[in-house]
Amino acid sequence: MRITLNGKTMEAREGETILSAARRMGLNIPTLCHMEGLPPTGACRVCLVEDVKTGRLIPSCSFPVSEGMDIATHSSQVVAARKTIIELLLASHPDDCLYCASNGTCELQKYAQELGVRQRSYSGDRNRIDLDMSSPSIIRDPEKCILCGRCVRVCSEVQGVSAIDFAGRGSNAQVSCAFDEGLNVSSCVNCGQCVMVCPTGALTERRDVDRVLAALDDPKKTVVVQHAPAVSVSLAEEFGIKPGSDVVDKMNAAFRRMGFDKIFPTSFSADLTVMEEAHELVERVKKGGPFPMFTSCSPGWIKYLEEFHPDLLGNVSTCKSPQQMMGAVVKRLWAPAQGLESGQVFNVSVMPCTAKKFEAARPEMGGEVPDVDAVITTRELAEMIRMFGIDITSLEGEQADSPFGDRSSAGKLFGATGGVMEAAARTAYHMITGKELPELKIDAVRGLQDVKEAVVNIDGLELKLAVVSGLGNAGRLLKDIIDGKRTYHFVEVMTCRGGCISGGGQPLVTNPERVKARMQVLYEIDRDASLRVSHENPSIKALYRDFLKEPGSHKSHELLHTEYSPREVLK
Amino acid sequence: MGSTKILKVLERYPGVGKDKLIPILQEVQEAEGFLGREAVILIGKHLDVPASKIYGVATFYNQFRFEPVGRFHIQICRGTACHVKGSAKLLETLKRELGVEPGRTTRDGMFSIEVVACIGACGLAPAISINGEFHARVTPEEIPVILGNCRKSAQEVS
Ligand code: SF4
Ligand code: SF4
Ligand code: SF4
Ligand code: FES
Repeated sequence: MRITLNGKTMEAREGETILSAARRMGLNIPTLCHMEGLPPTGACRVCLVEDVKTGRLIPSCSFPVSEGMDIATHSSQVVAARKTIIELLLASHPDDCLYCASNGTCELQKYAQELGVRQRSYSGDRNRIDLDMSSPSIIRDPEKCILCGRCVRVCSEVQGVSAIDFAGRGSNAQVSCAFDEGLNVSSCVNCGQCVMVCPTGALTERRDVDRVLAALDDPKKTVVVQHAPAVSVSLAEEFGIKPGSDVVDKMNAAFRRMGFDKIFPTSFSADLTVMEEAHELVERVKKGGPFPMFTSCSPGWIKYLEEFHPDLLGNVSTCKSPQQMMGAVVKRLWAPAQGLESGQVFNVSVMPCTAKKFEAARPEMGGEVPDVDAVITTRELAEMIRMFGIDITSLEGEQADSPFGDRSSAGKLFGATGGVMEAAARTAYHMITGKELPELKIDAVRGLQDVKEAVVNIDGLELKLAVVSGLGNAGRLLKDIIDGKRTYHFVEVMTCRGGCISGGGQPLVTNPERVKARMQVLYEIDRDASLRVSHENPSIKALYRDFLKEPGSHKSHELLHTEYSPREVLK
Repeated sequence: MGSTKILKVLERYPGVGKDKLIPILQEVQEAEGFLGREAVILIGKHLDVPASKIYGVATFYNQFRFEPVGRFHIQICRGTACHVKGSAKLLETLKRELGVEPGRTTRDGMFSIEVVACIGACGLAPAISINGEFHARVTPEEIPVILGNCRKSAQEVS
C-alpha cells in the first residue's frame, strides 16, 4: 500500500500505524503514552499528525495507514498543537528539573526543549501530592506524573502484578496503589520496570549513592564491591560506548579510583549458586521431588510467589541469590580470615536491578548485620563514575581481587534469560555422570523468547527444563504447571523480560536492540572462555576445600540457603 | 464480622465477570457503610480483579467511601439549585476547615464529607445535612459555627 509522508510516497504495510511507517522512514514523532509491543491507548495526543486532505489532526500511534493517505508529520499546525499539549502538561508540573532524578533523561523535558517551550503559558495549580518513599527500591513522585499510563500498563500487562493503577478522576486523577497506600504494602515486587518506562521523574529508584560515598569516606570500613554479570555489558552505554561492549576491566579500574578496597564479581558467587543449586536438583532427582524446582535468584519473582502462589514456595530452590551468597561469604568467611569484624566490612553491590535493594534488606539476609549493606543500580554506578570525574574510556583495564575474583563464563551467563539454567545443567550433568556435557552450549535455552524449553539427557535420565522471563509470562506458565498441562524438573524464572540485561536498574535507554547486544556479548564471553563450568572454578574449589566442605553441607546451609514464607499484601 | 456480610453479597453473584463490579461495590457499601480493605480484597478475589484496579474504579465515582463515616456525617448538596446558590464555595470551606476531601473522614473520626447529587431540599438551597438533619441557606461564614456546635455537642455527650 502506498502512502505519502511529508510529500514523499512510501510503501506502507497493511495494518501498521502511521507512527510505525513514519519511524521506518526515519521521521521523529514524539510520543508519551505509546509503548512498543502493546496496543495503543491514545492517552497523550502528543503524537498527532495532519491528514493533509482534510486538515484533521490524528494520533499517529493508533491510526492505521490506508491506501493513498497523505500525512504531514511536522506541519506548522502539528507542531503548534504538540507544543500546546506539552505546555498544558507543564501547567500543573513542578518546575524541578534542576533537582530532578530525571534531569537529562526526561522525555517531557526533552519535548519541551525541542518544541521551543521557553515560558509558562498556562499556570494551573501546581500538583501537590506526597512522595511515596515507603519502598526500599522505588520512589514515586506523583507530582511529576503526566498520567501517560506506561507504568500502569507495564505493571499489569507485562508483569501481571498490577500494584498500581489510575485512581480518582479529572484534575484529581493520579496513579496510586490501592487505598493510596505506599508501594511497600502493595503487591509491588520492586522490579523497576515502571521506572524504565516512565517518561518523567515520577518514578525513580531509591538512590543509595550517598550511603556508599559515606562508607568510602569512613577509614574504619573495608568497602567491598561486587558487580552482577549484566552490569559490565551495559554500563558502557551510559558513556556513549556502543551497546554490546563489555567493560569489566575498565570498570574494575574505576572502582579502585573511587576507593573501593576489594572487587569481587558476582559471577563468582553465581558459580557458587550453581554448585549449591545443581546439588539441590540432583538431590531432588534422587528423592523424586518436589518438582518443578524453581530458581531463586530473582528477588521480584520470589516476592511474587510469596504473594500470589505461597503454596509453591516449597518448590523454590533454597539457595540464596548470588548477591546474597557473595555478601554472606565475604562477611562471614572472608572477613574473619582477614582479622576483620563483620561490622567493619561494608558490602556494596552493583546490580542491574531495583528489586535487589529490597532483597538485601530482607530480614532473612543476615538480620542485624546484613550480608549486603548497600545496593546501587547500573545507573547509580554511572552517576558515581561521573561524580568522580572518571573518564572510563581512557582507563587501563584492571583485574578483580582474590580470593573471589575468578569466575567461569557459566557464572557470567546469569545475566541473560536462560543463563542460570545453562550453567546449572552443565554442573548437574557433571555431578551425576562425572563427565562434562558433550555440548556445553544449550541452544534451546538461549535467546529472547518469553518461554524456552529443553530436555537434557543425563545418562538416560531425561531432565525437562523450562526458562521463562517476565512475570506475566511466568504467571501464565505457572498456571499451565498447576493445571498439569506442562511438567518440568527445573524452571528458571527471571522477573524481567530477557533477564537481568533488561533489569529495572539498567540504563534508562533500554530497547530490544540494546538488550540483544548485551545478550550477544555474554554469549561471546562464554564462547571465548577457557573456564566454562562452575565446578572447575579454582576459587570455588578452594572455598569448598577450606570452608564449606561440599555443596549442601551444614555450613553451606547455614550461610547460603534460606526459606521464604507467604506474604499478605494489598492485592 | 464484616467479612460475612461481604461474602453474603458475593454469594448473590456466583461466577460473574468484571462487569458486575459496580453493583457489587454498591451492595457491599450498602451493607458495610464503606469499602474497607477486606472488602476490596474479597471482591478482587471473587472477580479476579486486582485491588489497585478496584480502588481505581471506585475512586472514579463519588459515591464510594473507603473509611467508615465520621460521628458527624455531612452531606453537601451539589444539585443545580444549590450550585446556583453557591454550594461550591461551601464545599471549599468545608474541605478547608476539616482538612479532608469528600469521601474521607477526619483523623479523629469526628467528621466525614459526602457530596450528593440532590437531597430534594431545593427550597432550602444551599443545603447541607448533618446526620440527616438539614441546615438551610448555609453561608460559608456559618460553616465554622456549625462545625463548632457539632464538636461541642460531642463533648457534652462524652
Ligand atoms: S520530571 Fe522532567 S520536566 Fe519534571 S522536573 Fe523532572 S526533569 Fe523536569
Ligand atoms: S516495580 Fe514492578 S511491580 Fe512494582 S509497581 Fe513498578 S512495575 Fe509494578
Ligand atoms: S508515573 Fe510515569 S509512567 Fe506512570 S503515568 Fe505517571 S508519568 Fe506515566
Ligand atoms: S503517543 Fe499517541 S496518543 Fe500518546
